[in-house]
Amino acid sequence: MTWGFVVKGESMIDEELVQLLTPEGQRVAHPDYESTLDGEAIFALYRDMVIVRRLCNESTSLQRQGQLALWAPIQGQEAAQIGAGRALQPMDFTFPTYREHGIAWCRGVPAQDVLRMFRAVSNGGWDPQKYRHSVPTVVLGNQALHAVGYAMGIQRDGAEEAVMTFFGDGASSQGDTLESFVWAASFNAPVVFFCQNNQWGISTPSSLQSKVPLYRRAQGFGFSGVRVDGNDVLAVYEVTKKALDNARVGGGPTLIEAYTYRMGAHTTSDDPTRYRIDAEVEVWKHRDPVERVKALLVHEYQAKGAAFDAVAHEAETMALQLREDVLAMGRPDPITMFDHAYASEHALIEEGRREMLELGISGGVH
Amino acid sequence: MSQEIFLLPDVGEGLVEAEIVTWKVREGDVVTLNQPLVDIETAKATVELPSPYAGTVTKLHGDVGDVMHVHEPLITFDVGTASGDATPATSQHTAIVASDTEAPAGEGREAVLVGYGVANEDGLATRTHRRRGVTSTPLATISSASTPVSTPPTSLAPRSTPPVRLYAKQHGVDIESLTGSGRDGLITRDDVERALRADAPQDVSVTASVGSRGALNTSRFVGRDIESWATGPAEERIPVKGVLRSMSEAMVQSAFSAPHAVVWMRVDASATMELVAGLKTRPHTQGLRLSPLVIVALGLCDAARNFPGINSSFDAAAGEVIVRRSVNLGIAADTPRGLIVPNIKGADALNLIDMAKALNVLVEKARQGTTTPNEMIGTTLTITNVGPFGVDAAMPILPPGTGAILAIGKIAKAPWVHDDEIVVRHVVELALAFDHRQIDGALASRVLAHVGNFLNNPGVYLLAG
Repeated sequence: MTWGFVVKGESMIDEELVQLLTPEGQRVAHPDYESTLDGEAIFALYRDMVIVRRLCNESTSLQRQGQLALWAPIQGQEAAQIGAGRALQPMDFTFPTYREHGIAWCRGVPAQDVLRMFRAVSNGGWDPQKYRHSVPTVVLGNQALHAVGYAMGIQRDGAEEAVMTFFGDGASSQGDTLESFVWAASFNAPVVFFCQNNQWGISTPSSLQSKVPLYRRAQGFGFSGVRVDGNDVLAVYEVTKKALDNARVGGGPTLIEAYTYRMGAHTTSDDPTRYRIDAEVEVWKHRDPVERVKALLVHEYQAKGAAFDAVAHEAETMALQLREDVLAMGRPDPITMFDHAYASEHALIEEGRREMLELGISGGVH
Repeated sequence: MSQEIFLLPDVGEGLVEAEIVTWKVREGDVVTLNQPLVDIETAKATVELPSPYAGTVTKLHGDVGDVMHVHEPLITFDVGTASGDATPATSQHTAIVASDTEAPAGEGREAVLVGYGVANEDGLATRTHRRRGVTSTPLATISSASTPVSTPPTSLAPRSTPPVRLYAKQHGVDIESLTGSGRDGLITRDDVERALRADAPQDVSVTASVGSRGALNTSRFVGRDIESWATGPAEERIPVKGVLRSMSEAMVQSAFSAPHAVVWMRVDASATMELVAGLKTRPHTQGLRLSPLVIVALGLCDAARNFPGINSSFDAAAGEVIVRRSVNLGIAADTPRGLIVPNIKGADALNLIDMAKALNVLVEKARQGTTTPNEMIGTTLTITNVGPFGVDAAMPILPPGTGAILAIGKIAKAPWVHDDEIVVRHVVELALAFDHRQIDGALASRVLAHVGNFLNNPGVYLLAG
């Protein structure tokens, strides 16, 4: 039993934390970064965040109603994902984990496709090449290796593209992640490692598995690391854009630690009240990523209630559309599970497929 | 109209069952899509289930404490449509949203599906009328004398639902005397409960008792409604589940491992009453429920600071006594679910205002049934307040793993020797039960005397420490 409760992230004051917008919605200056976005662009980021939050809420409800097997909520991490997602260029490639619904949104993946895997009707959900966004890697940290491999491919093609991969503070402890740091540094690969430090690896606090701030790890591998206020969408956008630009022109990898907080459960199978205290969540409520942008839009750009209402309305419409789309999803023919196991034909897979057909286990329910 | 049954889903990847912790709706309630319905506890987590339908709850298939199997019926809804087709609440989203702003009369029903807008209420009300066969006659004009022969007998009674009628009957409330606050004057369970509260005696200001159903309710037992003496069976067996199971296991564990002893004293709490009354007049305490319990809580924490040994527990397995220099102050709360003991973490560090706020939050969450498991673990000292029930004192049993529990009786005017004269003062009886394995009578007495002095001179203790 835990007796000494400590509020995680209480000492967020960090001189190296890049922040351009305070939780109160006030702009602050930073020596290395300056916001380049106009009011319209900032409003677009606000809209993105409201929509992905609403879609996420609907997805949680769908899981609680037995319509999804599992869901990993993003509440609290909207700015980290939208800021990073909107800093990407169309031809950049991204390798997500299972909580990057905001990135998927920015890449243009239809919301319902994001839910296919969680409804267990698809092993992935979309064509990675079409959206330049890989399917979610559930194995922790594995996608960092995929990303570095892809980035090395870009180098060999001589293309001016960058790769970004996403993982959390928990996965930062994985061997795969750390090995990918070594390879990225050794080959100066055009990759951005985007770590969302949401303070909790399921029930393990970030402070326990990382005795130095995560972004400082990069230095030991030989590339630069930066800690950004992950709840400040303006700062995340600028920091990510600079890192991607740097990667595209041969500047090598960057580790970005987006310092944020997972407001909800790890997944719908988790109960965070068992391991963290309400006071901690209360502290982070005051750092909400959406509210600070709204405050900025009101006092600096005179945005009106009607504009915000329109976004809320749009988000509501999308949530209901998502619900309808999910409920209408048919069950796949079991035989399709062999379809994308390998890119080309494979003797063992063919044998499995043939056996299944012979057993008569086929036929989808639509 | 049509019926939809919500089956208990597997909310945690391979679970087979879940226990009902709290119902957030009642039979007869009209719910919106995604409105919270129930808290269930699985092997992995306590989670809230949102409604998959918009409609009327017609049946709850289990009681609090029941363990339900996954894919068993949990709730039946009437998601009625005029055409009788079983349209899920989820399907007509375009129309739903359109009606939010436009509210076209012809599409009123769709608006009901997400529960906002004006047209939706009309749509539902129309359907309700049709079901009752009283299409448009205002209720007030119907009397037993003038009832048309063709009107079904049900329209004689005030409009309500069968479960609410039963509830009113069980609690001795004359449903005919009530004015309905629901749609079209429908008498809801809330209306019955309001009537019960109005009949109940005024709450004493010192109270941690929450969710009281009033004096007429004599049938609340182990967190459930039981039938009255007259109507119930001669013998009834109630399964030991949920909060009842927690309470029984905790009490047996404590009573037969910790040897209990008790010290008690009567205290002149007049200064405490004056202090609380004075505080209530200050502008920065407005909106805050202030009661002598706040001062008792501060007094007990102050006693722990002065005598840390009282804030201890006996770890028999380790052969050690654990002294803790932080108080997690448990408050025994009588809730609709039964007795629970949520605690205020780090209560010794709180000033008067923060203590009052923390108690307000604790009581409110207990009342609403939103207390989390985390808030019920780690208690080090406990207060149980039996005063609101009108009794003078109690000999409480320790929550397992704690060193002491303080019982407060009612604060009442009584003759008291004050400045060598017999005068009327506010007097309260305090009793401190303690684990005699590590705490002896001398320490317990000093602690209790400290609390008593604190209540006697709260100003001095609060200002001078």
